[in-house]
Amino acid sequence: MNDLIKLSGTELAAKLRAGEVTSVQAVQAHLDRIAEVDGALNAFLHVNAEEALAVAAEVDAIRAAGGAEAQALHPLAGVPIAIKDLIVTKGQPTTAASKMLEGWMSPYDATVIEKIRAAKLPMLGKTNLDEFAMGSSTEHSAYGVTRNPWNLDRIPGGSGGGSAAAVASFEAPLALGTDTGGSIRQPGAVTGTVGVKPTYGAVSRYGAIAMASSLDQIGPVSRTVLDSAYLQELIGGHDPKDSTSLPKDLEGLVAAAEAGATGDLKGLRVGVIKELTGEGYQEGVQARFNESLELLKAAGAEIVEVSCPNFKYALGAYYLIMPSEVSSNLAKFDGVRFGQRVLPKEGPLTIERVMAATRAAGFGDEVKRRIILGTYALSAGYYDAYYGSAQKVRTLIQRDFDAAFEQADVLVSPTSPTVAFELGKNDNDPLAMYLNDVATIPANLAGVPGITVPGGLSEDLPVGIQFLAPAFEDARLYRAGAALEALLEKQWGHSLISQAPAIDSASIAQEA
Amino acid sequence: MSNYTDELVDFDEALDRYDPVLGFEVHVELNTKTKMFSDAPNAFGDDPNTNVTPVDLGLPGVLPVVNKTAVEYSILIGLALNCQIAEKCGFARKNYFYPDTPKNFQTSQFEDPIAYDGYLDIELEDGEVFRVEIERAHMEEDAGKLTHMGGSTGRIQGADYSLVDYNRAGVPLVEIVTKPITGAGKRAPELAKAYVAAVREIVKNLGVSDAKMERGNVRCDANVSLMPKDADKFGTRTETKNVNSLRAVEHAVRFEIERHAAVLDSGAKIVQETRHWHEDTRTTTSGRPKSDADDYRYFPEPDLVPIVTTVEWIEELRGRLPEPPAERRKRLKAEWNYADKEFRDVVNAGVLDEIEQTVAAGATAAVARKWWMGEIARLAKAADKDISDLGVTPATIVELNSLIEGKKINDKIARQVLEYVIDGEGTPSEIVEKRSLAVVNDDGALGKAVDDAMAAMPDVVEKIKGGKMQAIGALMGPVMKATRGQADAGRVREIVMEKLGL
Repeated sequence: MNDLIKLSGTELAAKLRAGEVTSVQAVQAHLDRIAEVDGALNAFLHVNAEEALAVAAEVDAIRAAGGAEAQALHPLAGVPIAIKDLIVTKGQPTTAASKMLEGWMSPYDATVIEKIRAAKLPMLGKTNLDEFAMGSSTEHSAYGVTRNPWNLDRIPGGSGGGSAAAVASFEAPLALGTDTGGSIRQPGAVTGTVGVKPTYGAVSRYGAIAMASSLDQIGPVSRTVLDSAYLQELIGGHDPKDSTSLPKDLEGLVAAAEAGATGDLKGLRVGVIKELTGEGYQEGVQARFNESLELLKAAGAEIVEVSCPNFKYALGAYYLIMPSEVSSNLAKFDGVRFGQRVLPKEGPLTIERVMAATRAAGFGDEVKRRIILGTYALSAGYYDAYYGSAQKVRTLIQRDFDAAFEQADVLVSPTSPTVAFELGKNDNDPLAMYLNDVATIPANLAGVPGITVPGGLSEDLPVGIQFLAPAFEDARLYRAGAALEALLEKQWGHSLISQAPAIDSASIAQEA
Repeated sequence: MSNYTDELVDFDEALDRYDPVLGFEVHVELNTKTKMFSDAPNAFGDDPNTNVTPVDLGLPGVLPVVNKTAVEYSILIGLALNCQIAEKCGFARKNYFYPDTPKNFQTSQFEDPIAYDGYLDIELEDGEVFRVEIERAHMEEDAGKLTHMGGSTGRIQGADYSLVDYNRAGVPLVEIVTKPITGAGKRAPELAKAYVAAVREIVKNLGVSDAKMERGNVRCDANVSLMPKDADKFGTRTETKNVNSLRAVEHAVRFEIERHAAVLDSGAKIVQETRHWHEDTRTTTSGRPKSDADDYRYFPEPDLVPIVTTVEWIEELRGRLPEPPAERRKRLKAEWNYADKEFRDVVNAGVLDEIEQTVAAGATAAVARKWWMGEIARLAKAADKDISDLGVTPATIVELNSLIEGKKINDKIARQVLEYVIDGEGTPSEIVEKRSLAVVNDDGALGKAVDDAMAAMPDVVEKIKGGKMQAIGALMGPVMKATRGQADAGRVREIVMEKLGL
């Protein structure tokens, strides 16, 4: 394994700036790693080698020429990145891991992709996910499961299992994810990586294929808190193409991460959410969580218990609001203007029948399940009882957060109640899969930001610790997250990810 | 083509037994530069699918952004319809699958329209005024245009395939919905026409729509129901879709009243449904059943934030409102001192603006009316053009008139000069100069012509001497002939009188 791939994005950026390595070398090292292990992992749906190397060569040439243009390069210029295949890109296919978009090429770039291009980060390719981001395991991709680098029989989380696995397996130092109910944070937790769901509106959603518009948020995936801070500063900011994007940029994220890394948390009030501990949380998860609390306390944080009584309704409300929006957002996939078109095998070729045949063939079971749920929840006569009630719960959850943030600067909980489960375990029990997101969903319902940082191992699998902050206070997450990261690494004497076992590609190759 | 087989009841007879209840949904296409939710051009008549962005095609990942000008135009319409303007309102998704709707939902307003609770006073031809209550005016986006190929009806049923043009998809619309209109009785068809005409006039006057019904800028869905004279509950309604001319609105309402009456007379029930209007036969035929429970699964549009209207913004917009057309007509009629019929003719001829501008440029109201309703109207008709397309300006009329008053030319020559103006020969003065059309009022030349005429017609001279002044007219022909029509008739008359010592 080339040591270049072990570097964090920030470390690699420093070496690029210092002229110790070239971006082409860095990109090639990651492409080699993808070639080596992705047969086993299936983190990538598309590898964008040619363009990535071209962008890297361009950055190298600018650096070599020196002068103002080199000075003006973004700090992350030349550092490769992987993109969740829910985000549209020119020049690379975008599938949302669905048959529906097989072979579709977007004629436009998402706003975050425009920013990545402008900053000259070579894009390594597009990563796997649950179809249209619907799932918590990446088992619901139309293009095969992604495996957890820590244990190839385990799920990498979802929906952003591809981005998390790519970063955890050193295929990429950075990646983009999207988080609707935990799709960045839960994969981060179960792969021992860092993931951030920014405040709703902090990052433009333009070009992220919508699952549930009021919940979706693009965010960074990385191995260190500092890397995520740099990446969020790069992709964040107001976008006139997204009416829900915040009018002002959130600043000071990198500075907050750097401040947190000193390990000093004096004066920070950390709220433990009573409802997100105990029953339903695996013993090992709970143990790692408690150890983290002790470290935070030792670093000067004041630990308080807060109660969010309405969080128990969050999962129920989420599974009404999300599918309702899904049923409408996914209506456009009808075979008329783009993507797959499937003709009925027999009978007349009317528009209704072509649309129906296309949707029957193009969508997987989990997507259909949610479209049907949402269509039902919005139907006349049921709207008030389902969608309407769920929106009221949403308000109650926001109030719970408001009250909790009166008592605490940040809130903390395990990110996921369990470590990565076995592939196929929840095939016939979608509700069990849904429970994985019980701790992450409240943040999406309230629009507040959340981060997951590695908290240790249980059963040789990673456990994630989640911090939540008030809306717009993403900087607090980076401070607390970087502090916990530093404290744990100091205690362990190494980073968690450095303990990940070697990936045995041969075992999967034989199975396949 | 229609397959109409319905029985009808004579209109007057129907109205003896039933009271009609009307309701209108008028869609107004706004003439903003760009579309409701994208920056694609809002333009008519371009090549298919050229005025589209990823947003208009509903491509994966796109998001809408509200066009602020469209919101302002909508507020202007609301204010002109005497509506309340919502302090805060939002958009909703109306979900249904149809290939002219790229996202398979229409972004519209549902529970909270931008404007609500207004009214419009509609004056019928004889001056009777009906108040039509406006329930709401809300913003939405237009759909694309489907062209069904093959098949005989031009409808989707029976077509071999269909073409879709998304240029119109996303064009801003304001839908104006009335409350049920009762009490119009036999005047219902007339009121229907007058109401739609008034709405069209208002949006045209505001400058927020091109307001051309033939292009679909203003489209009307007409709801009609009948209730027995002694009933207190509305009957079942039908909604006749896309009645797209003023005359058609009148005819469609009349037809539905006659048809409903026949159905009700037979003891049958009206089916709540949409009806298609057929201009060729002036009939409606059954469309699709429609119930109040059509399930569009409306829910608030999560991709857009609410629109908040401040008092300052609304008042600024109110300040931009032009004078309402009805009030303006009342004022102009009084200022110009026209008789009822004169004024009505002017309105119907559509030359109110021209006359107003001509008066403002210095002509009297009588002179302005004489020209715009007379010679200009005649020339427009002869050329089969709109008066506004002739190239005659208020300044032309003022100039022509001052040439007449200054006795440079007479009426007859002025009419010729006007034709030359239309032909593009220049301004009236230039034409008079170039073509040497100035009247002869040089007494020497005129005197000689008069002498010659009098010498040639001694009997006429005797009659004049005998007090028959109208006989002077007989001398006019030869005098005009001698001066090639350029004699000033008034001056000729004076010279004759002088010569005869009268």
